[in-house]
Amino acid sequence: MLRPNLRDDFPLLTRTVRNGKPLVYLDSGATAQKPRAVIDAEREFYELHNGAVARGAHLLAEEATDLFEGARGDVARLVGADHGEIVWAENATAALNLVAGGIGNASAGIGGEESARFRIGPGDEICVTETEHHANLVPWQQLAVRTGATLRWIPVDDDGRLILDDLDTLVNDRTRVLAFTHVSNLTGLISPVSTLVARAKQVGALTVLDGCQSVPHLPVDVKALDVDFMAFSAHKMLGPTGIGALYGRKELLDALPPAVFGGGAVTIVTMEKTSWHEAPMRFEAGTQPVAQAVGMGAAARYLMDIGMDAVEAHEREIAAILRGGAAELPGVRLLGPVGDEHARDVVAIAAVAVDGVHPHDVGQVLDDRGIAVRVGHHCAQPLHRRFGITGSTRASAHVYTTPDDARAFVDALATVPAFFGVNA
Amino acid sequence: MSSLEQMYQQVIMDHAREGHGRGLADLNLVQVGESHQVNTTCGDEIRLRVGLDGDRIESVSWEGQGCSISQASVSVLHDLVEGEDIAEAEAAMEAFRDLMQARGEELGDERDDLLGDATAFVGVGKYPARIKCAMLGWAAFKDAMIQARKDQS
Repeated sequence: MLRPNLRDDFPLLTRTVRNGKPLVYLDSGATAQKPRAVIDAEREFYELHNGAVARGAHLLAEEATDLFEGARGDVARLVGADHGEIVWAENATAALNLVAGGIGNASAGIGGEESARFRIGPGDEICVTETEHHANLVPWQQLAVRTGATLRWIPVDDDGRLILDDLDTLVNDRTRVLAFTHVSNLTGLISPVSTLVARAKQVGALTVLDGCQSVPHLPVDVKALDVDFMAFSAHKMLGPTGIGALYGRKELLDALPPAVFGGGAVTIVTMEKTSWHEAPMRFEAGTQPVAQAVGMGAAARYLMDIGMDAVEAHEREIAAILRGGAAELPGVRLLGPVGDEHARDVVAIAAVAVDGVHPHDVGQVLDDRGIAVRVGHHCAQPLHRRFGITGSTRASAHVYTTPDDARAFVDALATVPAFFGVNA
Repeated sequence: MSSLEQMYQQVIMDHAREGHGRGLADLNLVQVGESHQVNTTCGDEIRLRVGLDGDRIESVSWEGQGCSISQASVSVLHDLVEGEDIAEAEAAMEAFRDLMQARGEELGDERDDLLGDATAFVGVGKYPARIKCAMLGWAAFKDAMIQARKDQS
């Protein structure tokens, strides 16, 4: 059970929209609202502590460095990582590109023998899934193009569940990377991480997890999941935009060449060559988004104060209303599994297709009632195509979402077919 | 009339359902142009074909799928420009673009006359996210016209 006054922590939720209507914010899967603790952390950093991190011999530089590294520690604690295993990236997309780009650079000979373990080329395979957000598909697809490796993918069934029947064929001795999402941003389904990781380990493939939709909503422990890398963004977990993080097993991070080169990431530079710091510094060339990192640390602490078990329990309560309610409406198709028996398999995301009504039109009717949802393909075109649609309307929740918010979504959705003259 | 009702006026709903000009026409004309446009935010797409006979727009046809605003808009476009002179179509195009930028205000009688049923899209201007939807078919028409005028085959 969450604190009853928790919503008061989020200043934005008190505003009204569209002619004075209370805001029903159900677009947290796209970006979450921020608690005062996060906003204050960023503001206080600028008002009191701003200085150059890891450079300079003055007090402000020391304070800024302490806050920056302290935030790294807080984010590490949230996901069960060690301090040196968290690399800042501008968002999860950048974090995933950091891994794919590093492998690409290793394959081009950068990093020398130390990085040789990452080299891939013709005959090697990279495996993803049909559920991926474009951010965890396109970098791998393009890495395959760049290196001559082959991209394969695990298909999904009509409910959006990964079909694991041919897993041993799809992930085989040639597979070097298995990249997959922890939670689908469309169906809300939680992937069978242990099965996938076990198979990857059998064949010696690296595992890369997209944690964007899991870290904000579920307890996540990278050591228990036993993945090699995991990317996640701050702004979906109540933190600021412009910052995200990559978890990587330390010994891997220390051997992976950077994807972005520059100052601060290096030890010795001559006109001919460069040697890199150990991780995470080798990946953090140039001035970092320091205030944003401090804000992400504050978001991690805020979530840990609530307790991720409590966050998950809240998600289940909201998911039951959102998904259960939407599934019962005539003329509305809920994407993902339908029925209470699947309640443990999903987070509070409900994407729907309304028969005969385009998602943009659905979203407009909801917006008129002050309900904010996402419409379109949500950067998951292949999965929409698999479902035989081009887009959907998605409601997604966070800690501040109330049962009334969820019911408002279902009630508004029920009016959509009639508004557009569609007989449900 | 609420903003929502202003946007989804009956004439828009009718055009969205009827889809005038839907189905690409086989054209036996000297100047034919075609354009394929995608709205990247939602994946909606349209393929539009025009055929010219000198200064006259002989044929406008299209296929694609999208929201009611994009579908209605291309249907209205078809009615407005097919059979008209290029100069008139260009004036209508400019007026429609201005209407989209007018944040829900009408353009005034003279220019409204150029737009016919397209004046019903006035409400779309209040919703910046939807202007792209309304413009999708018009963008395809503009591009197809450029292609057609290059085409002398």
